[in-house]
Parts: sequence; structure tokens; C-alpha cells
Amino acid sequence: MNSTEHTAEAHVHRDDVGSRMGMWLFLFTELILFGGMFLLYSVYRFQYADAFHLAAKELNTIMGAFNTAVLLTSSMTMALAIVAIQRDQKVLSLFLQMVTIFLALFFLVNKYFEWTAKFHHGIYPGSEELLSKSSGEILFFGLYFVMTGLHGVHVIVGMFLIAIMARMTRRGIITHNNYVRLENIGLYWHLVDIIWIFLFPLFYLIT
Amino acid sequence: MEKHDYYHEHSHSYGIYILVWLGLMALTALTVVIAGMNIGRFTVVTALIIASFKAYLVLTIFMHLRSETKTFLVFVIVALLFLGISFVLLFSDYSFH
Amino acid sequence: MSADAATININGHEPSYLEYKGMHSGILGWILSTDHKRIGILYLISLSIFFMVGVTFGFLMRLELIAPGRTIMDAQTYNSLFTLHGVIMIFLFVVPGIPAVFGNFFLPILIGAKDVAFPRINLLSWYLYVTGGLLAVIAILLPGGPADTGWTFYIPYSVRTGTNVTFALFAAFVLGFSSILTGLNFITTVHRLRASGMSWFKMPLSVWSFYATAWVQVLATPIIGITLLLVAIERWLGVGIFDPALGGDPVLYQHLFWIYSHPAVYIMILPAMGIVSEIIPVFAHRTIFGYKFIAFSSIAIALFGSLVWAHHMFTVGMSDTGQFIFSLLTMVVAIPSAIKVFNWVATLYKGSIDLTTPLLFVLAFIFLFTIGGLTGVMQGILSIDIQVHDTSFIVAHFHYVMFGGTGFGFFAALHYWFPKMFGRMYNVKLSKIYFWLLFIGFNFLYFPMFIMGWLGMPRRYYDYLPQFQPYHLTSTIGSWILVSGVLLMVYNMYRSVKKGKVVTEKNVWGGETLEWQIDTPPIHENFKEIPVIKTDPYQYKMNEEELEKEEVS
Repeated sequence: MNSTEHTAEAHVHRDDVGSRMGMWLFLFTELILFGGMFLLYSVYRFQYADAFHLAAKELNTIMGAFNTAVLLTSSMTMALAIVAIQRDQKVLSLFLQMVTIFLALFFLVNKYFEWTAKFHHGIYPGSEELLSKSSGEILFFGLYFVMTGLHGVHVIVGMFLIAIMARMTRRGIITHNNYVRLENIGLYWHLVDIIWIFLFPLFYLIT
Repeated sequence: MEKHDYYHEHSHSYGIYILVWLGLMALTALTVVIAGMNIGRFTVVTALIIASFKAYLVLTIFMHLRSETKTFLVFVIVALLFLGISFVLLFSDYSFH
Repeated sequence: MSADAATININGHEPSYLEYKGMHSGILGWILSTDHKRIGILYLISLSIFFMVGVTFGFLMRLELIAPGRTIMDAQTYNSLFTLHGVIMIFLFVVPGIPAVFGNFFLPILIGAKDVAFPRINLLSWYLYVTGGLLAVIAILLPGGPADTGWTFYIPYSVRTGTNVTFALFAAFVLGFSSILTGLNFITTVHRLRASGMSWFKMPLSVWSFYATAWVQVLATPIIGITLLLVAIERWLGVGIFDPALGGDPVLYQHLFWIYSHPAVYIMILPAMGIVSEIIPVFAHRTIFGYKFIAFSSIAIALFGSLVWAHHMFTVGMSDTGQFIFSLLTMVVAIPSAIKVFNWVATLYKGSIDLTTPLLFVLAFIFLFTIGGLTGVMQGILSIDIQVHDTSFIVAHFHYVMFGGTGFGFFAALHYWFPKMFGRMYNVKLSKIYFWLLFIGFNFLYFPMFIMGWLGMPRRYYDYLPQFQPYHLTSTIGSWILVSGVLLMVYNMYRSVKKGKVVTEKNVWGGETLEWQIDTPPIHENFKEIPVIKTDPYQYKMNEEELEKEEVS
């Protein structure tokens, strides 16, 4: 056994708990990244309560609620995908991962329609229509586009990450004996869901 | 000691996740209904309380926080405290303008 | 090269981490290495380069300020210089500094581990560091020039100015990400990879510092991430978040900015304090006084440091209640730092002092940090801050803590751990010469700023009234003395790595922590056998007494 192999092996000591710990710490950074924007939101809402109420009327509550349901369901399918791989049910796990991706895509398509509907009404950052409104309304939409936009970016990234996990599951890299990667991506996905759980009432349910 | 790190001591059944999902859907519906009712300022507080409970369910069940060691729970609390304190101190300025 | 290997390592077959041949050789073996020690060296090299760039900008600024009016540059250039000086020094030297270089190199060793928890993420941290650094300086070459907003990027100027602010914002964002990954790695490492028997209260105090720092890195940095991202979005899309013209609140920007940037200064100082706690016991030949107090004070500083941010904003129009609360909390945050200073001094008292270069830097740290810290407390008092805010008093204060504190702490660590890292010794006599140049130059450079700031000299001003000139002249001359010290130090370090006297002794200083029980320089996996910890750290007096008892019997 040459010395390179020996030391390479010795370095790869497996620690699933440590791996999840690292992921949780990363999730805190995401939580606080969005938390900063929630801080902004809360100050501006405090200062411009009426304008926020007015502006929120532009948003479609049913659409928002529906998207919330979609994302919550995708969280469940992701959690179930992990149970499946724990039970060595590879095909089921793969199926559930693919369903999660599909639901995420569905969420994004809905978002796309929501946004384009706004653009159609002349409401987008920097638009004349928007700038003619009161400060509070401009701020509301500024926060709306940035927060849901950044969230959407995280959904897209999540889709890619889950796709990679699906590939690894298919190729037998993720198995019932070694699935911490899938768990970690699951954790990420659940956080994306939690952020939306708070975004939904704050933007869609103020009326 | 390493062997314990490899596997979760107990794997969940499918059932608990489906149950929690049903709960989350119900709570979402509840939030929408409450928003439709005219209770003024309490809408926000109620909505946030329900949202927090939904997040709690996702954290403890979906994210397996309740089956991890206590360290993870302490971590989560520390992170939430940081956000919470920032919020409170920020409003020590803004609520007195 | 192999001849050097033979002289560096007398233990026969196990090569040091410098000679180790992994999957790649040559330069690839370094820039693709996941060995925490090599990554620490990579950081040291890149950090030193950026540090010298930052020093150069500071030198040029002081040259401009030697006389009122235009001396060597126009006002626009001056504004860009102080912006870049701040961005580079803060994000590329003081914040990453000690954790990235010495934390990476020594944290695993200090806890008896072979590497950090996530070695590949460690390497990614370094790549992000270099990328961020390049982004920060590349704007110098672009039309529009580098940012001129100050490193604080205050609204509304940061969304109005035509200079390349976005590059600076992205540089800071990328560097923040680098910092987050380092912090995340260190927390997991300390929790998961401590050697058997090393309970929390058997850890060396520098590990406590790195741990507390890591939490601030993970929790506070994302706030600046989102804040700067929002400024960039505001610049490019005119969204309306902070811009007052669109209804935004520029003071809210400042709140968010300082929610990170105040804890950031604790990211800067905590590791330096950890270094001081390591070095004093070794050269005072005494057990550290109040181990638990120092350990807990590290956590307390990290915690309280998150509560005081708005003391940077006392003149912007916050509510009286807010100002009162933040002023009060600022008084509180000084307490754990003071506890550390008392414990260090108590450790020195009646010790058998060995005035080595590391200890000289540490003593300077205590002196300079105390001045910086006390003036900080002064600034926390509302009535004083109204007078000194945005004057050079503030500039003096933060240079005393950041440079006199963290900077000198970094130099102390460098001169303490150099022989272990490189298997060579630097020129000690020369090191004492430039120590005094640095210390004397530092005080001539910055102390006058306290006085003229008190008398009304504003900061970030390119021009000034003639009555301030004697102070500026003194200060600029001080900068020349300081820079000569820096140059000699860089020369000594560089030359000694290549041609310094070879050191093979495991324990040149008589230290107690684990790095002094392994090979000099360390082998690839640090330990031939992971140790089992049975003693507390820093048992000098006890160990010496036991040794004497053995000798007698």
C-alpha cells in the first residue's frame, strides 16, 4: 500500500452528524440572509401600514395560497424520499425526488405568471406606474420583487441540487447505507419552504 | 462511536410525514380564512403565530430536529435569538420616532 | 529540494507537510491541496500581498495629508484611496487574518485532529478569498475608477456615484462568503474532531476564541451579504429599498450595515485575544490566570458585541430611547474585554518573563488595545460622541484596536509560530529592531489623530485648516517609521523562510499546547498517533514543580 493511498484513506473519515451540522450552520446563514429582509419589511410595514395594505391588494391571495400548498407538498415528498432510501426503496425514492422537482417547477411557473401579470399592469422596479405611487407602495413592491425573487433563485438552485441527488441515487452513490447528502439537500429544501411559509402571510394576507 | 454516525438510529415511517403535511395544509387554509375575517391588527400576529407553528413542524419533523442531538437544537435557538435580538433592538429605535 | 527535505526532517521516512507529495506535485500540489496547513500558508501569502497593497494606500493617503491642500493627488483619488484602504484592510486583512492563517494551520493541531471537518470547503474558502480580493482591486483599472464611497457604502451616495461601486460590493459579498465557510468549518471541527479526553474546558484558549469568532462569522456575515446585495440591486434596478428618492430610509441601511459590521470587529479582535492568551503563559512561565473567565468572556464578547451596533449612528437622527439603549449596552460590552486584560496582566505578575519577540508584540497589544478600547468606551458616551463622531478621533480609536490590537496580535502569532510552520528561525535581533520601529511609528502615526480629532479635524477630508498641520506632519512621519518596520518585517519573514537557521526541535519556546509536541514542521497528518488528553492546558508551574520533584528523587 503506497503512502498516498494510505493517507488518502485515513483522511476520509466519515461523520454524518458532522456533515449535517455543517449543513445546518449553512442554513442559518440563509435564514439570516432572508432575515435581514424580513427586518427591512417589518420596519417599513410599521412606518407605512396603510400603504402596505393598499399595495397588497394587487396580489392574488388564492394564487399565493395555492403556491404555498405546492411548496409544502414538495417538502413532504422530499422528506418521504429520504424515508424511501432509508428503507432501500430506490425506485420510490427516485420517484419522490422527481415529484419534488416537478412541484418546484410548478411553483416557479405560477410565480412567472404572477410576475408577468404585474408587469402587464406596469408594476415593476423603476416603472413610471410604480414611481407614481406613494413611498410605502413603492417600498412594498420593491420588497415583494426582491424577496420573492431571491426566494425564487433559491428554488431554482434547489431544483438543480435535487436533480443531482436524483442522479446520485440512480447511480447508487446514495444508498440506504449512505444518504447524508440527500438528507442535507432535504434540509436545504425545507428551509426554502420555511421562508415561503413566512413570505406568504406577510405579502398576500395583509388585506 | 463512528458506527452510530452512519445511520439514523430510527427511521421514520411514511405516516408521520403525511400527517404533518395534512396539518400544514390545514393551517395554511386557517391562515387564509382568518385573513378574510375582519379582526384588524390581530391578523398579522395570528398569521405569524400560525406560520411559526408551521415552521416548527417542518423543523422538528421534516428536518429531523427532534431526532438530532441537543446540540442542534441549541444551535437553532442561538440563530433565532440573534435574529430576534436584532429585531427588538432595531425597533428600540423605530418605535420611538 | 530533496536535500532541504533531508535537513528539515531528521525523523527519517515521514516527510513534513511542506515536502509531502500527494495527488499533485509542484504548484498544483499547493493550490489544489486540502491540507489545512498548506491552505494556511496560501492564505498567509495572499493576505500579505493584499496587506502590502493596503499599507501602500495608507502610506499614500498620509503623504497627501502632510500639508493642507493638494499635495500629490486630487480629491477624487483621495476618496477612492480611503475607500480601497478600508475595504482591503478590513475584508482582506483584519477580518480573515488570524483565523484564516493561524486558525487554519493550528486549530486542528491544537485539538488533536488531522484536519478540519470540511477540508475541501476550506480550500473553497481560500479560492473565494482570492476572488474577492481581485474583485476589490480590479476596479482600479476600469473606467469610472474604484469606489469612492468609503468602505461603509452609505446610501444615497453609493447608489448615485458613477464609480465602480458594484465591484466593491461583490468583492465584499464574496469575501463574506469565504468568512462564513471558514466559520462553519471551525464550529463543526471544534464540536466533532476534538481528541479523546479533550473536554471543552481542556481546550486551549485560542480554540475558545476561534470558536466564538466562528459563530459571529456564521451569524453576522449574512446580514452584510444581503445588505450589500440590496445596494447593488438598487443601483442596477432602482428598486426602492434604501434610496430616499424612492421612499427608502438611508438610516435603515446604516442599521443593517452595522448589525454585521459591529460584530465584525469582534471577529477581528477575538482571535487576537486568543493568541495573547496562548503566548503569555509560555513566556511568563506561569499558568494562565482565570482560564474559565477568559473562556467565558470570549463567548460574552461575541454575544454582547451583537447588541451594540447603533453606537456607530449616534448622530444620524435615531430616537432618544434607541440611543440611550445602545449607549448603555456599549458600556456593558467593554466588561468582558477588560476581564481578559486583567487576567493577562495577572498572569504576567511575578512570572519569569522571557522578552522574546512574540511577547513584545503581545505586550504592545495590551498597551495599544487598552488605549483603543478605552477610547471606544469614551465614544459610547452620547455627549462625547456628538463631538468626536466623523473626526479623526474615531480613526485613531479604530486603528488602535484593529491595528494595534489585531494587527500586532497577528505579528505576535507570526513570530511565535514561525519556527513550527517553516522549520526555520527568523533573525531575532532584527525582529526586535523592527518591533520598536512598528511600535514607535504606530504611536506617532495615530496618537496625534486623537488630539486633532478632539480639536475638530474631520475624517475622510482631503484638505484641512492650517492649525492641524503639526499633527498631520507628525502623523505622516510616524507612517514612515511604521512602514520601514513593516518592510523590515516582511524582509525578515521572507528571507528566513528560505534561508533562516534550520529548526528541528519540537518545542523551541517551551509551550504546553499540542503543536509543541509534534514534528517541526508538522507531518502531513499532524500526529503520528492521535493523542489522548489527560491534562489541562497550560500547566507550567505545576509541570515545573513535578519535574523538580522527579529530579530530586
